[in-house]
Amino acid sequence: MTIESSADHPTRRDFLFVATGAAAAVGGLASLWPFVSQMNPDAATIAAGAPIEVDLSPIAEGQDIKVFWRGKPIYIMHRTKKQIDEARAVQVADLRDPATDQSRVKEGHDQWLIVIGICTHLGCIPIAHEGNYDGFFCPCHGSQYDSSGRIRQGPAPLNLAVPPYTFASDTKIQIG
Amino acid sequence: MSGPSDYKPSHPALQWFERRLPILSLMHSSFVAYPTPRNLNYWWTFGAILSFMLGLQILTGVILAMHFTPEAGMAFRSVELIMRDVNYGWLLRYMHASGASMFFFAVYVHMFRGLYYGSYKEPREVLWILGVIIYLLMMATGFLGYALPWGQMSFWGATVITNLFSAIPYVGDSIVTLLWGGYSVGNPTLNRFFSLHYLLPFLIAGVVVLHVWALHVAGQNNPDGLDMKTDKDSVPFTPHATIKDMFGLSVFLLLFAWIVFYTPNYLMASDNYIPANPAQTPAHIVPEWYYLPFYAMLRSIPNKLAGVLVMFSSILILVFLPWLDTARTRSCKYRPLAKQFFWIFVVVCILLGYLGSQPPEGIYVYAGRILTICYFSYLLIVLPLLSRIETPRAMPNSIADAVLQRGGKVAAAIAVLVLAGGLVIGSAQSARAEDDTPPSQTWSFAGPFGKYDRGALQRGLKIYKEVCSACHSLNYIAFRNLADPGGPGYSEAQVEALASEYKIKDGPNDQGEMFDRPGRPADYFPAPFPNEQAARAANNGGLPPDLSLIAKARSYERGFPYFIFDFFTQFQEQGPNYISAILQGFEDKPPPGVTIPDGTYYNKYFPGHAIKMPKPLSDGQVQFDDGSPATVPQYAHDVATFLMWAAEPKMEARKQLGFQVFVFLIIFAFLMYFTKKKVWAEAH
Repeated sequence: MTIESSADHPTRRDFLFVATGAAAAVGGLASLWPFVSQMNPDAATIAAGAPIEVDLSPIAEGQDIKVFWRGKPIYIMHRTKKQIDEARAVQVADLRDPATDQSRVKEGHDQWLIVIGICTHLGCIPIAHEGNYDGFFCPCHGSQYDSSGRIRQGPAPLNLAVPPYTFASDTKIQIG
Repeated sequence: MSGPSDYKPSHPALQWFERRLPILSLMHSSFVAYPTPRNLNYWWTFGAILSFMLGLQILTGVILAMHFTPEAGMAFRSVELIMRDVNYGWLLRYMHASGASMFFFAVYVHMFRGLYYGSYKEPREVLWILGVIIYLLMMATGFLGYALPWGQMSFWGATVITNLFSAIPYVGDSIVTLLWGGYSVGNPTLNRFFSLHYLLPFLIAGVVVLHVWALHVAGQNNPDGLDMKTDKDSVPFTPHATIKDMFGLSVFLLLFAWIVFYTPNYLMASDNYIPANPAQTPAHIVPEWYYLPFYAMLRSIPNKLAGVLVMFSSILILVFLPWLDTARTRSCKYRPLAKQFFWIFVVVCILLGYLGSQPPEGIYVYAGRILTICYFSYLLIVLPLLSRIETPRAMPNSIADAVLQRGGKVAAAIAVLVLAGGLVIGSAQSARAEDDTPPSQTWSFAGPFGKYDRGALQRGLKIYKEVCSACHSLNYIAFRNLADPGGPGYSEAQVEALASEYKIKDGPNDQGEMFDRPGRPADYFPAPFPNEQAARAANNGGLPPDLSLIAKARSYERGFPYFIFDFFTQFQEQGPNYISAILQGFEDKPPPGVTIPDGTYYNKYFPGHAIKMPKPLSDGQVQFDDGSPATVPQYAHDVATFLMWAAEPKMEARKQLGFQVFVFLIIFAFLMYFTKKKVWAEAH
């Protein structure tokens, strides 16, 4: 048997076949959603990604610490005067990913650089206080960031990302 | 697979591909042009339904494996967290668990269909044997998978079934140790069960390919058991069989959706919501329903080795069916005697299943023996004998002629009556005086549109905090859950405030020490005791159970015929009924003539009546802000509601999605039905 349909004379049968096919397609597509959605972070993971508080008082000038937020390493660097001056002396227009040092720190807390410690090239963790720019050096593919976490040399396209954070007090920040 | 195909793709690129790998013409000749008998009835749609179910089980299984932790200490919790935290995790897990039941239901229909219409007979012997192999693999897969949630039934099912092999003389114990990977069922067992449970479905899929191949070589059997002779006897597989299968599938999916969305725990043992405990066997250890007939045979034989042999041979004997039944007429439609014996055999199998679910004592054991004999007699005596003495009815000359005839349904009706009668007799036997069954109560969350009563949830939480939490943990509930949709309905700020009242142990800090900090929404309710030993020491040797799952982990026998009605009324509230009854069932003194051990308290509804928990709630103990009465019945109702939510926090989402799925499936089934009628209109 062959199913003949005519565009000139749409029959009730054509409508039935189209409706059934459409219903099957809609149902099939809709039922895909749970199978895709389950791949997303589950409720416990999302809840565990809540903001964290970090006490800055133990970090001396010139030191840095690494904390974890949502599984990502966050560098908290207590910069020296020299580092801040170097970061601010740069011609912003010459940078690969132009940004002023002021835009990457909180006003009044210029000594604190807080960046996500993940190289924007392919996700390795740069080493602090290494490289030619008194900032970070990524051992994987040689990207170098300055003391403001901006990309200066190597294959990475972007500056180290700044996570959302606020100063709860002069010595305490909340990340997230 | 029926000879070289004359299929030619029209597109040049496809032609290029086709010359190098003729898979398109293979598909075309197997699933499009393939001639299918025009007289197939709806029992033949179960092949397609089974293929669909196998695919769905593999899909949901692969996904569950992404979230499951196959480690003895974490498996149970990871399954619970799938149900609670993973997006649509409850749906995937219920689909997989009920899917196994539906898969077996479909395979039993498929097997009985083959039995009735003689689909195992020449030239389909290999096809049948491949089917038996698939069935055996399914049983193994189902058993291995049932062990994975690592609940009480998982653990003890695994223990009992692996111990079957200890019946083997001389080497039995060594084999069992080999299966376990230890001196008892433990983590290595769980790990290998997980690995094998992942492997076997793909073996099934492989054998299914052989099964379909063999089917396409021999051609499909049909209700009249006639061979296809002319073109008039057949219709092309597509669209006729495809559309018919799709319609059958959409009706089957309605049943499946009913279970998944409305009665997901109907077929599950409540004991499996208790984490595995190697120190205590559940009171009634019963396998999943699809193994029950074989389990009944095992138990009715009073000798270990003989019982195991009888059980295995009850399945393996099916391999020899083509040579036991040598009648030339295939279909029971034309075999008046064989038809009656077939229905008796169906009833025997169902009654064996019923016996498998009952305690192995008294009349059940004798009934089990008689039915075991009936089971084997049918296959070993009745079928060979019938082949010799039975005179078949006159058969139509061709399938095309047979399409014009219609058969009677008297035998089926008689069989149903006999079955119902048998079950009534069985239940009358079990109807011992049981006035300690918890009374059924009215719950806002019952039924297809049930929702939790927010007020009751909040009051229940208050009672838990002020009373129950002194001894009982609530391990699977995080503070954040109190703000989840379908829960007690607190705001995020309220949850944060509530969480901060608790001290949570955290650490280690930079000095390497553990410290207390205020709770956060992501934290779980802290347990009242640091470990089981401390809990027992403080409670007179008793262990107060965790309450997160108690509403699903406690149940009671409903008995025949109620357990059948329950499926249709969606009765799922044994747990809350039980909790409510326990809280109100304390009596100061046991009734005259009843003594209970020291350190226990008399409770009318507790199994055995001697409970180690003293009466926890008295009138006036907890005051409510909303003016609800401070009485024990009110407390019992509120706590039971709260604990039902704790056990099934996604219930509202489940019933809501279920309604949408039902509306869709009903519309789709109607559309499929009319499409099928149109497509077949010219074939008849």
